[in-house]
Amino acid sequence: MSGKPKLHYFNGRGRMEPIRWLLAAAGVEFEECFMEAKDDLIKLQKDGSLLFQQVPMVEIDGMKMVQTRAILNYIAGKYNLYGKDLKERALIDMYVEAMMDLNELLLSYPFQPADKKEQHFANTVDKATNRYFPVFEKVLKDHGQDFLVGNQFSRADVQLLEILLMAEECKPDILARFPVLQRFKAKISNVPTIKKFLQPGSQRKPPQEEKDVPKVLKIFY
Amino acid sequence: MSGKPRLTYLNGRGRMEPIRWLLAAAGVEFEENFLETKEQYEKLIKDGVLMFQQVPLVEIDGMKMVQTRAILSYIAGKYNLYGKDLKERALIDMYVEGIADLMQMILMFPFSPPEAKEKNLDSIKERATNRYFPVFEKVLKQHGQDFLVGNKFSWADVQLIEAILAVEEKVPAVLSGFPQLQTFKIKMSNMPTIKKFLQPGSPRKPPPDDCYVEKVLKVFMK
Repeated sequence: MSGKPKLHYFNGRGRMEPIRWLLAAAGVEFEECFMEAKDDLIKLQKDGSLLFQQVPMVEIDGMKMVQTRAILNYIAGKYNLYGKDLKERALIDMYVEAMMDLNELLLSYPFQPADKKEQHFANTVDKATNRYFPVFEKVLKDHGQDFLVGNQFSRADVQLLEILLMAEECKPDILARFPVLQRFKAKISNVPTIKKFLQPGSQRKPPQEEKDVPKVLKIFY
Repeated sequence: MSGKPRLTYLNGRGRMEPIRWLLAAAGVEFEENFLETKEQYEKLIKDGVLMFQQVPLVEIDGMKMVQTRAILSYIAGKYNLYGKDLKERALIDMYVEGIADLMQMILMFPFSPPEAKEKNLDSIKERATNRYFPVFEKVLKQHGQDFLVGNKFSWADVQLIEAILAVEEKVPAVLSGFPQLQTFKIKMSNMPTIKKFLQPGSPRKPPPDDCYVEKVLKVFMK
């Protein structure tokens, strides 16, 4: 056993990407085991490795962890990326949960049926620019600090950068009205562990291509 | 200010119910502010009270907390219902997240179109019986303790008893293959704070009916 966390998922972003981001941001090296076909999922299920028959699954510290949020909470707690007390945790949780709502819209876009895509896209852009980004723009502007919570790098910063970059992939000028978020994006991208993760050849996954969607669906359905 | 947490939501279960359960289980009294009209909801948004323009909203310890999971995590942490260390927390989180997926199906059920209702009910029954309940039956059997994690009452136990009762309302015999869960249900129901919450007149809300569905659409739909 290498001691490194081992991630089980398909070779794409999906629900595992925030976990890759957080491990990378924490400077933790990890291994990946990619599911290519339904049989790979079935094998994991039959082995009893998946508590609720689902991935993501991360082998870490002797546990076979499932459920994205549980995994993220554990990594954040272990590597001190979860604030210094209950109240900072509460703020981080509020921000991160909202980001996960937006992430859900972004990650599900390639999987929308053709006749729903345009509306989904419009809704995603609307929520990003009217519901979520203004909040984080204001938080950063009001306290003037580099990081969202407690003047200290946390999972909230990692999640926000991930979301901002994904939103830009979706609509390149989406940050036009948000100068503070643009500065945040530049600053956090330069945090050494994150800078490394943003380089080609890292374990960061590319955007989901439409042509690969059927293959992904075949694994799960 | 009364010092009690103040919950803002519709007068029904929805996404607030797990929060009511957890506060009640922790023995914490709370107040409720019910949304009846779209205008009330829009006023909250205009006043800047809802961080992401959504409810649930819980005013607690000087914070206006939103996002169901953030609120539940805070309550669990504050009232020592979140395990004693990171690893117990991890187990609790895994269990709670699994149950939340099952509860999501129950939450959405009243809003399914009439022609989909039977299929959705079958899905709830199938998932409860084949995916979720077997896990907790096995956990309880293997350690033989009263509580899911660390031999101590936690958020996971509250979430599970809520889910068991919610599924039973739709699938009355759902626990027939799960003797451990039957025992668990009785034990949890008899814990003083939970017993009180299960009594008529408590803040516990009834199952959603057509009236509730109409109210949701009226208040939230554009």
